Amino acid sequence: MREALEGSQAIARAVALCDPDVVAAYPITPQTHIVENLSKLVAEGDLHTEFVSVESEFSAASVVLGAAASGARAYTASSSQGVLLMAEVLFNIAGMRIPLTMTVANRAVSAPLNIWNDHADSMAVRDSGWIQLHCENNQEAVDTTIQSFKIAQDTDLPVMVCMDGFVLTHTMEVIDIPTHAQVRKWLPPFVFKRALDPSDPKSLGALVSPDFFPEVRHSHHAAVDKALPVIEKVDASWAKTFKRDCGGLLTVEGPEDAKVGILAMGSTVGTLRTGLEHHDGPGAKLIKLRAFRPFPADALRAAVAGLDSLIVIDRAISPGLGGILGSEVKSTLYGMPNAPRIHNHAIGLGGRDIPESIVGDLLSSIEDPDAPAFSVFDADLSMLPPEDR
Amino acid sequence: MTTTDNTKRVARLAELREKFGRHPVEPQEKHYQGGSQRDRQPRFCGLESGHRACQGCGEALAARLVMECAGPDVMVANATGCLEVFTTPWPQTAWQVPWIHSLFENSAAVASGMEAAMKAKGKNTKILAFGGDGGTYDIGFQALSGMLERYHNILYVCYDNEAYMNTGIQRSSSTPHAASTTTSPAGAERMGKRHLKKDLLSIIAAHHIPYSASASVAYPADLQRKVRYAMGIEGPTFLVVHSPCPLGWKHDSHVTIEVARRAVECGLFPVVEVERGAVANVMPIREVRPVADYLGMQGRFGHLMDPNDPRAVEELTHLQALADYNISHYNLRGEGEDPADTAGITLVARDRAAGES
Repeated sequence: MREALEGSQAIARAVALCDPDVVAAYPITPQTHIVENLSKLVAEGDLHTEFVSVESEFSAASVVLGAAASGARAYTASSSQGVLLMAEVLFNIAGMRIPLTMTVANRAVSAPLNIWNDHADSMAVRDSGWIQLHCENNQEAVDTTIQSFKIAQDTDLPVMVCMDGFVLTHTMEVIDIPTHAQVRKWLPPFVFKRALDPSDPKSLGALVSPDFFPEVRHSHHAAVDKALPVIEKVDASWAKTFKRDCGGLLTVEGPEDAKVGILAMGSTVGTLRTGLEHHDGPGAKLIKLRAFRPFPADALRAAVAGLDSLIVIDRAISPGLGGILGSEVKSTLYGMPNAPRIHNHAIGLGGRDIPESIVGDLLSSIEDPDAPAFSVFDADLSMLPPEDR
Repeated sequence: MTTTDNTKRVARLAELREKFGRHPVEPQEKHYQGGSQRDRQPRFCGLESGHRACQGCGEALAARLVMECAGPDVMVANATGCLEVFTTPWPQTAWQVPWIHSLFENSAAVASGMEAAMKAKGKNTKILAFGGDGGTYDIGFQALSGMLERYHNILYVCYDNEAYMNTGIQRSSSTPHAASTTTSPAGAERMGKRHLKKDLLSIIAAHHIPYSASASVAYPADLQRKVRYAMGIEGPTFLVVHSPCPLGWKHDSHVTIEVARRAVECGLFPVVEVERGAVANVMPIREVRPVADYLGMQGRFGHLMDPNDPRAVEELTHLQALADYNISHYNLRGEGEDPADTAGITLVARDRAAGES
């Protein structure tokens, strides 16, 4: 049914459709509306779940860990500092390969304090071993949320659904919300075969010595890699049932013969698409990366084939290195014959507005042979003292 | 999971419950030790022998005593620490019940999630959370407070050996005043830990949970009665078990029980029960020992034993005052005892000694 919903409200509705057994909730801007809406659904009797209002994000992550390890479908959500406070638990959840879902309403990380959108939070835990999927709009966020429960239990891995804070979480959109019956038919009941069970006792989280640790890490890496076809398959199955998809691992739009490409994740893609539509001149390919972890290396190499230049948009930086996504794209394309030249720019850090007109600036910047390999593209250096420029 | 598997599991669980399950305990019955001789024989124990604890480990003993009374229909969340390390060096495990270790500071929160899952699935499997004093008094304190406040049906057991033993004897907020540890060493300028042992039980009591208590490995019957009582309560319960660590306290491994007993007998570790925030019962001391009897057995207090060092005398006096305070605060002497009776307190009826006649 199509309804005008705020992003967070739609996510709460989507989560409720998946019948979570346990929800752990802790407020943080801009995620708060999601758990608020979930608690409202519980209060109204529309969602029957164990709603655990914890005393910190650290405990939120720990509660869903314990719940999922006990065989319950579990969900939580967070942002920014909350994700960082959870960091230790997030690595632990992934290391134990416990399937569950968390929404990250992406927000900048302090200091300086900033509650607005960029990707610094989920990037900070990119090496935790979670699956990370980015959503362009709220319809995708709803669909990806429901898909994430299936991906999690098909891979025995936790899934982070990343959606841009405020830009998506606080924006009203017309959204097609599936019915409970439809979701129940599509999403099988939660099964975790290693779940704690007194009739078949297991020990989870043992001490692993150097004799076995590299093998554990190898198999974790392999498991996350093997999630690539699962993500594609689940999206395809979704498309078959609901007649729309979320773009699998990545999507490529624009003229076949374009020589320039722009790659981005999240809501920025929508801005760039509109910007490209309004831009005069030769068109450019727009590559939307949905799966950040696992990183779809083969799909990316195929997507950039034939391009001379690829502009990679980062919404977070690694100080002293540059763009994180940019660096990963470079390493993926290294050694590829006729690989495009990479232009890496961070834009919209800390929620700075990204105008559609930025497309023109980005495209003209590649003409400059002296352009730096990386820049914070929309930083106004005149605001800084000369020694900081 | 197929339906047949599930049926098998349900049947197996029912069988285990029947064989080893928790027997209902009447809260009023303070000396419950099982209804018959049969019941007093060894039962299912969730923690098997063969693990890698040190000789004389108080924590290993305490955990076994707890697991003996918990039964098979439990699941354990264990904080990082000695207990976790010595019981589960992969691919081995000493646990015969479902057991999970996540992190140092989150066993109460992981247990909360497990309990929520049991509620969601309509199961009555009891959740236990275990931590050492570092994981309970210090780093896991917030998660524990949250668990108690949210009123989860969990028994949290803190194995208190009064320092971070797994990392090599660093002081915690549970380390007693003046104890020498690797981060509060005694030396020319310092007389060991400069701060007091945190009164955790009072803080737990302030949550007004149904039941919290302290116990000691030196009094296994008392400890097990408390575990059984707590297991029968629907809601959060808390037990702190004084568990000597021969390595950290620097005493011989064969005197673990004696050291633990003297801690109780001198008043430095009061054994008490608290219900809904009020002291409900205490273990009385028949014959109070001077604290030096307890401290003198342990190398961690060795620097206090020099009668010619005025600083040592001052600290010893200080510790004696702390023990005296505990004795008067909890009325550990009881009333009306026979001064000629020098029998150990284990032989004395608790209620009579507490003056309840």
